[in-house]
Amino acid sequence: MDAIILQILNGLDKGSAYALIALGLTLIFGTLGVVNFAHGALFMLGAFCAVTVQRILSLSYSVLDETKKDFLGNPLKVDTHYIEAWFGPEIGASIIDWSVPLAILFSIPVMIAVGFIMERGLIKHFYKRPHADQILVTFGLAIVLQEIIKAYFGANPIPTPAPALFTGSFDFGVLIGFAENAITYPIWRLVYFIFALLVIAAVFAFLQFTTFGMVVRAGMADRETVGLLGINIDKRFTIMFAIAACVAGVAGVMYTPINSPNYHMGMDFLVLSFVVVVVGGMGSLPGAVLAGFMLGILEAFASMNEIKQFIPGIDQIIIYLVAIIILLTRPRGLMGRKGVMEE
Amino acid sequence: MLGLNKKDALLFMIVALLVGIAPFLLNPFPEGSSLGQMFNAGYPDLMQRFVIFGILVIGFNILFGLTGYLSFGHAAFLGIGSYSAVWMFKLLGYNIVPAILLSVLVSGVFSLLIGFIALRRTGIYFSILTLAMAQMCFNLAYSVLGNPNSNFNLTNGETGLQVYGNDPQYLMSEGSREIPHLFGLAMRDSYQWEISGWLFTFNTGYYLSGIIMLVAFYLSIRIFRSPFGLMLRAIKSNKQRMNYTGLNARPYALAAFVISGMYAGLAGGLLSSMDPLAGAERMHWTASGEIVIMAILGGVGTLVGPILGSGFIEYFKNILSKINDSLLHQWLSWLPDGLEDGIVWVLHFFVGKGWQLTLGVLFMLVVIFLPGGLVEGGQRVGRLFRRKKGGADGASAKQPAE
Repeated sequence: MDAIILQILNGLDKGSAYALIALGLTLIFGTLGVVNFAHGALFMLGAFCAVTVQRILSLSYSVLDETKKDFLGNPLKVDTHYIEAWFGPEIGASIIDWSVPLAILFSIPVMIAVGFIMERGLIKHFYKRPHADQILVTFGLAIVLQEIIKAYFGANPIPTPAPALFTGSFDFGVLIGFAENAITYPIWRLVYFIFALLVIAAVFAFLQFTTFGMVVRAGMADRETVGLLGINIDKRFTIMFAIAACVAGVAGVMYTPINSPNYHMGMDFLVLSFVVVVVGGMGSLPGAVLAGFMLGILEAFASMNEIKQFIPGIDQIIIYLVAIIILLTRPRGLMGRKGVMEE
Repeated sequence: MLGLNKKDALLFMIVALLVGIAPFLLNPFPEGSSLGQMFNAGYPDLMQRFVIFGILVIGFNILFGLTGYLSFGHAAFLGIGSYSAVWMFKLLGYNIVPAILLSVLVSGVFSLLIGFIALRRTGIYFSILTLAMAQMCFNLAYSVLGNPNSNFNLTNGETGLQVYGNDPQYLMSEGSREIPHLFGLAMRDSYQWEISGWLFTFNTGYYLSGIIMLVAFYLSIRIFRSPFGLMLRAIKSNKQRMNYTGLNARPYALAAFVISGMYAGLAGGLLSSMDPLAGAERMHWTASGEIVIMAILGGVGTLVGPILGSGFIEYFKNILSKINDSLLHQWLSWLPDGLEDGIVWVLHFFVGKGWQLTLGVLFMLVVIFLPGGLVEGGQRVGRLFRRKKGGADGASAKQPAE
């Protein structure tokens, strides 16, 4: 029993990332009808926002400290972070420590701007072009973004630690009546999961309970009629694209302490997120979220040693196998609607 | 000629001629000169890649160009072909005939399986399904089936599959050669001809692959002009209407998928025959993306586009990765200093290790402005000149594929 709960917990953080990316993909697909192969790159850009913030916060200057001497007797060079010099050492250190959560504040405007430029500058011109062209141009864009990041930040993963408060793990088993240390879980993964739930809830609430969201939903159902009613639906869809980019971006920011970001992390997530979208049902937002968590947990189960002994290597292919089976039995995915992308 | 009409026969002859004299064409500068080091591409390894990737993209074009099904997992068949060929080297010996036959066969079987599943859906579903299945093949080859410690080690994981001294090689006799060969004609044998500074290399492997590519090209022309090809075009232009006329589109699409998978397997087998080593990175989905890029760049749905596209990309990949900062400074030394440094700083990101950035930008530009690729570009330039002569031709805009 405790092993099962542990695997469910282990699946949650990856499942959260899949769900967030798939949610953005579905939003873009449902509104603009564009398949965005650059969505993984947006996730990656978000992660590198965290790296940038970390770098900016830890900018430092060196001073010669006459009181301390190195082993040759020369005055020692001491690096001081600007932040610490401005806010005092204690507050400064804690600001640097909290760089990942702070990066969210930085990433939201950046990702909205990126999404806006991307939609107005590129994707707008591809509404009328065939889907193959949309896939190709966004794929090209993903390569370009990835290579730019590689040129600036290098090819190696860059560690970005979580705040000290959230490092380490806590004993989850005790909370629900198991023996001590039966189920321990890293705190940051729980934070990530809760964060993902909040973002998903916010997106759904935005679509469900605001007038703007209502218009967007109407536009998703029938774009032409909404346009005929005198509503500038293109503008709203552009904003939805920026929001989807933002969701992918913050998902990337928060994911950095779990896996150190590298330039191809977006591509790795993208393929699986597409599978998630297809399994959930193209164009269905709840389907994307559900399938994201489901496949994440399934992957965690498949990487249990007991199962791996039985079928070696199943954890590497389980998601694809499930996707193939689901598409063969339910061609529209778990919650797909009729008529979405049928022609 | 050979069942081709006049225009196609001419095209075929031109391609055959170019393949034949490529060792001269690709080495326009004297050996050892600075221009030669930069732009000469007439060495065996690269020329082999030109024609082998030509085969691959010709096959891909039969699927994507005719039926409009965009497969994002074609590299899987390339990898499967490579692995099968190396297994033949391991089991039977270094003759490449069984290796290539098996690689075509095995990738045909795999493409039948994958195509059977993936072709149940169309459009982007199809792209995503092929992508997922190719990625599954990659994972299988990279880790699951490639664990060197298990008894069932098909692919040898990260190291890549290669031939070891203790492999059985049942058909190896005393005198046979220890490198891939065609009845004694080793693939890496070359004849070098030196005249007054110029050095031309005629490589066996290149010419064999070149001949195979010409056969593949001939077959693809025949497919393009056949009733079968017409049926595939019908799938692209309107599948529903095709259904209404009582035709089931899926068997045709599946046939096209299997044919193009076999082309990819053939290319993979040839790659392994040139260098008996197969690694999983050949199957990674970025490799599939590169195949798509080659096809688009050359011109989808045209006969000669795939050859142009693959040649273009392989050539520029080679050149761009050779350029470095000092070379750029040398070229731009006539500019004022500040400007020179600025331009070199910008270009730095596009050359050397950054050639993929150039590739990405180029690809985007082609998709945005020139959806028909190089072939369409050539046609546009040609039309420009014809119009100047005064002939107002009503070239109808090509309808984009749905």
